[in-house]
Amino acid sequence: MTRRPPVYGLLAEFDEPNALIAAVRRTREAGYTQLDAYSPFPIEELSEALGFHRNRLPLLVLIGGIIGGLSGLGLEYWTAVIDYPINVGGRPFFSWPSFIPITFECTVLLAAFSAVLGMLALNGLPMPYHPVFNVPRFALATRDRFFLCIEATDPKFDRDDTRRFLERFVPRSVSEVDH
Amino acid sequence: MSAPTSAHPQGPIIGPGHTFGTVTDKISAVVLTRRTPVGWFIGFAISFSLLMLFLVAVTNLVMTGIGIWGINVPVAWGIDIVNFVWWIGIGHAGTLISAILLLFRQEWRTSINRFAEAMTLFAVACAGMFPVLHLGRPWLAYWLFPYPNTMGIWPNFRSPLMWDVFAVSTYATVSAMFWFVGLIPDLATLRDRSPSRVGRFVYGLLAMGWRGSARHWHRYETAYLLLAGLSTPLVISVHTIVSFDFAVGVIPGWHATIFPPYFVAGAIYAGFAMVLTLAIPLRTVYGLQDFITARHLDYMGRVMLATGLIVAYGYMMEAFMAWYGGNPYEEYMIINRFFGPYWQMYWALLFCNVVTPQLLWFARVRANTPLLFAIAMVVNVGMWLERYIIIVVSLHRDFLPSSWGMYHATVWDWSTFVGTIGLFLTLLFLFIRFLPMISIFEMRTMVPDAEVKEELA
Repeated sequence: MTRRPPVYGLLAEFDEPNALIAAVRRTREAGYTQLDAYSPFPIEELSEALGFHRNRLPLLVLIGGIIGGLSGLGLEYWTAVIDYPINVGGRPFFSWPSFIPITFECTVLLAAFSAVLGMLALNGLPMPYHPVFNVPRFALATRDRFFLCIEATDPKFDRDDTRRFLERFVPRSVSEVDH
Repeated sequence: MSAPTSAHPQGPIIGPGHTFGTVTDKISAVVLTRRTPVGWFIGFAISFSLLMLFLVAVTNLVMTGIGIWGINVPVAWGIDIVNFVWWIGIGHAGTLISAILLLFRQEWRTSINRFAEAMTLFAVACAGMFPVLHLGRPWLAYWLFPYPNTMGIWPNFRSPLMWDVFAVSTYATVSAMFWFVGLIPDLATLRDRSPSRVGRFVYGLLAMGWRGSARHWHRYETAYLLLAGLSTPLVISVHTIVSFDFAVGVIPGWHATIFPPYFVAGAIYAGFAMVLTLAIPLRTVYGLQDFITARHLDYMGRVMLATGLIVAYGYMMEAFMAWYGGNPYEEYMIINRFFGPYWQMYWALLFCNVVTPQLLWFARVRANTPLLFAIAMVVNVGMWLERYIIIVVSLHRDFLPSSWGMYHATVWDWSTFVGTIGLFLTLLFLFIRFLPMISIFEMRTMVPDAEVKEELA
């Protein structure tokens, strides 16, 4: 038994979202911690069942927006007041109302970049290789199947016990995920 | 969330009997397995020929100079700027559908948002051509951006034209990102379903290893919602700033505070007309009536009616303020629109944008697809005329009769315009051939099975 190569985890396949959510809940109740669920569309209840609440993305976007706005305004101030002041009939150099549109656009631009790049970075994408892709049936995760993966790094993980545990949920299949 | 399947007087937003699998297969088959319809090749050939016309027109423009266009003093902004405003306005419906309707939880947007966003992107690409070509020396367009240069000068940030540069380039960038983020899960679907090695490789590269992890979805949804929240004020700011190009000037017919809201409403009006112009043939050719249902067309008709009424209000206010303001130049501007040398265009505009859409009050008209298509086409024309009236007719007679003049677009003006239609349609044909034109993952959430039972939630 011990001569089998190590695996990444065990992958159970379900037909519909409710079965997956229930399985995730019961797996966590059984004490497993290293697990992930895969679905073909976003399911709010699923990430809740996984206990995933904290999300730093909004903060990143806020910071990005503030930096964008300040740099837009700063650029306008520096060019119009310090580096290249033009006296137009004695009007103020820092004519801030006319600087608002560009400040706004820069805010949105940097906030949007933070949202997209931040989402990808926090998700660890691009990631061309991931062990779950070794399971041929996992191709259906982007069509109509729902997967639960208990990872081998979990302290409770045991290849045979965990498989028996997963089979209690009556999944369509349970597969070993190779590295 | 309300059950998407519940009986609705206008019918469902997705045809009956669909499952996750059928939705996925039907939309991805258009790209992956179905034979490309003959109509696609014909349409692509025509569009591509028009794109070549654009190439000829631009080559001649760059070789000769913008004297080949009909612009001159006093009408220095001709139909190139008309086209710029027209295209960018069309783009706005895509953002409205993808962002604003998302924030308002209008579920019917799901089946039209993808190609409406693509339309936005391509329309902005066409729009961006015109101001750059209008520069006369388009190869120096980078002078518009603030970069440290040996000339020791900076752009004038007090100018609405600079605001425009920032607004349009931000809009193009954010729209492209929004569109691509929306595509990532569908690209993963195509990667997993593509029968060819090349397809798996290219879609796999673009999907960046998306695997649908619940944690990823969670951040993804956050990012998507935040992008929608950012795009909403952005789209309003863009057309507001486009209207500032005019409203900040002192020309009678331009210098009006109604311009920003009236331009934004006009943009959405024109954009929905274009969405209908594209959606009606697409759903027929690809048999997508299950996804783009009669209810969608009905709703789009209503949006057109509502925004059309705001535009009509704008016309009315322009005339009212010309009279009420007591400024003789403003007064003359309105009289000149009705009875001046371009009178046919103004009356045609009123017919296209004010009279025709009144038909949309009737549910039977909104349910009649060919008629709806015809109304959308009329509005497309009307919104082009509106910008022609605002730009050309305002400029050709301003203050001093000695500086009055006439403007006539030349064949090169027209070929550039028709050429950008070619560019737009070429990109659109390539898009529907190589990318899913309906968001597959969002359609899956519309399927009845996607509902999470209460006792679990």
